Amino acid sequence: MERRSLLASVLIHAAALLLAAVILAPIFWLFVMSISPAADLVAKPLRWWPSEVDFSRYATLLSTIPNSAGAAFTASLVNSILVASMATIAAIALAIPAGWAVSRTPSIGWSLSLVIATYMLPPVALAVPLYMGLAALGLLNSVFGLALVYLSILAPFTTWLMKSGFDGIPREIEQAAMMDGASLFATLRIVTLPLALPIVATSALFAFLLGWDEFFYALLFTSDQRARTLTVAIADLAGGRVSDYGLIATAGVLAALPPVAVGLLMQRALISGLTSGGVKG
Amino acid sequence: MSGTWMTTRAWLLMLPLLIIMLAVIGWPMIDTVRLSFTDAKLVGAAGNFVGFDNYLKMLGSSNFQRALWATTWFAVVSVTAEMVIGVLAALLLNQQFYGRTVLRALLILPWALPTVVNATLWRLIYNPEYGALNAVLTQIGLLDSYRSWLGEPGTAMTALIIADCWKNFPLVALITLAALQAVPRDITSASLVDGAGSFARFRFVILPYLAGPLMVALVLRTIEAFKVFDIIWVMTRGGPANSTRTLSILVYQEAFSFQRAGSGASLALVVTLIVTVLAIGYGMLVRRAAGSAA
Repeated sequence: MERRSLLASVLIHAAALLLAAVILAPIFWLFVMSISPAADLVAKPLRWWPSEVDFSRYATLLSTIPNSAGAAFTASLVNSILVASMATIAAIALAIPAGWAVSRTPSIGWSLSLVIATYMLPPVALAVPLYMGLAALGLLNSVFGLALVYLSILAPFTTWLMKSGFDGIPREIEQAAMMDGASLFATLRIVTLPLALPIVATSALFAFLLGWDEFFYALLFTSDQRARTLTVAIADLAGGRVSDYGLIATAGVLAALPPVAVGLLMQRALISGLTSGGVKG
Repeated sequence: MSGTWMTTRAWLLMLPLLIIMLAVIGWPMIDTVRLSFTDAKLVGAAGNFVGFDNYLKMLGSSNFQRALWATTWFAVVSVTAEMVIGVLAALLLNQQFYGRTVLRALLILPWALPTVVNATLWRLIYNPEYGALNAVLTQIGLLDSYRSWLGEPGTAMTALIIADCWKNFPLVALITLAALQAVPRDITSASLVDGAGSFARFRFVILPYLAGPLMVALVLRTIEAFKVFDIIWVMTRGGPANSTRTLSILVYQEAFSFQRAGSGASLALVVTLIVTVLAIGYGMLVRRAAGSAA
């Protein structure tokens, strides 16, 4: 360990404080806005701390009284959960067999590379035919249609994660079970899948968050409460004539809670995913 | 078990994924190519074949050229800033100091925030009448009167880039930090013994270890930046005076606001081509960087 001069030590701590402030100030302000009385937020000079703490907006947004601001918000919340869940389940169902196949048969690996390479396609390049296709199928403004489209984002990602997961499970275990007379299906179900369960759970969680965050397709393919998701609802609030900025902030806090909680809790898995991506290129 | 049966079985297991990918990516991509040669509208008649008309018209239009410039500017400035700030933050977090573990955990917060929430948050911060930025700057005396950061063509793009950097520099920092931990301790100490200064140490001893991961971060961020839509749509919708209208926003307006599916498709394909060329070029760089690091 190299010895640091006092000056270096002071500079490092000052830089750390600055970094912490840069990261935390905007997030902290979002939360403060959500609990400040509306008058505080339009006061000049601006109040940095609420004159009285007011959590009522959370109750307002989460209420289900018909035709209230809450009803529209909770409807979009439910839509977001539905779309992200359906897309996640379908993506995992596609990813398990495909990920296993590529992991055990490297000669077909190029097909997965091709699927993953679609990541670089800008969504605008697919949007027009998808719009026309969904319209023809009667799936515009439908949670099912949106979930189907989300598979274009979620399925390559989950397959890639599942493939790396299966790579870590020695195929000798499967061969031993087969030797004992178990069929391929039984082997996968009894031996491989239980071992792969943690990676299935991680993939599902991240897939859900990808669906939860998605905005572009949701903006294009939904038009009202029947399918409109949370991200679109928040963008509408932000761009609309809502006079209470605290309400917009509250919606933001609520939408940010699931990914932020997962990010903090699953930091280790997330970072190891990032680094393995970095190493494999 | 024979090799052919193994391969056939693998393809069978891949089949459901491939069918879905064909339906939601393959077919739309091909249909976009077809549409780009027609004058089809978003709704209604199928449209007539018009050859390269859409491309010629679009490439010559000032709208396209301005959007291409705005996208390039956004991508180059935001990605450069994210790489520099991200690496600096990672180098800092690689030092010993009180509270380091907590700060590392906090780093994930901006990145975990959904893009739309991030955009909304900064839109509130930049608010011309009641925003926190105006309040801070006037309260510490740097600003005389409130400004409309997102409402003036001179500041809107910079304001957007700052919001984008704040969300995305942590990704670069996390990747760099993980790579820094792979640098063997004895190598850095050996360079100290040899009398290397701290900059020389970073440049010649540490940087080679970071080259591969940093290239990956650069590729991912550049591709994302060229596709940018969400943050701009929520914060400015391409305004004011189209100063933040990037290519994706222009495609959206052409295909969905003006319902010109044909010319929208041709624009979308040009964007795809640019991103593909970037990705391939970078891919070659990554391979070289990985080769030199090994």
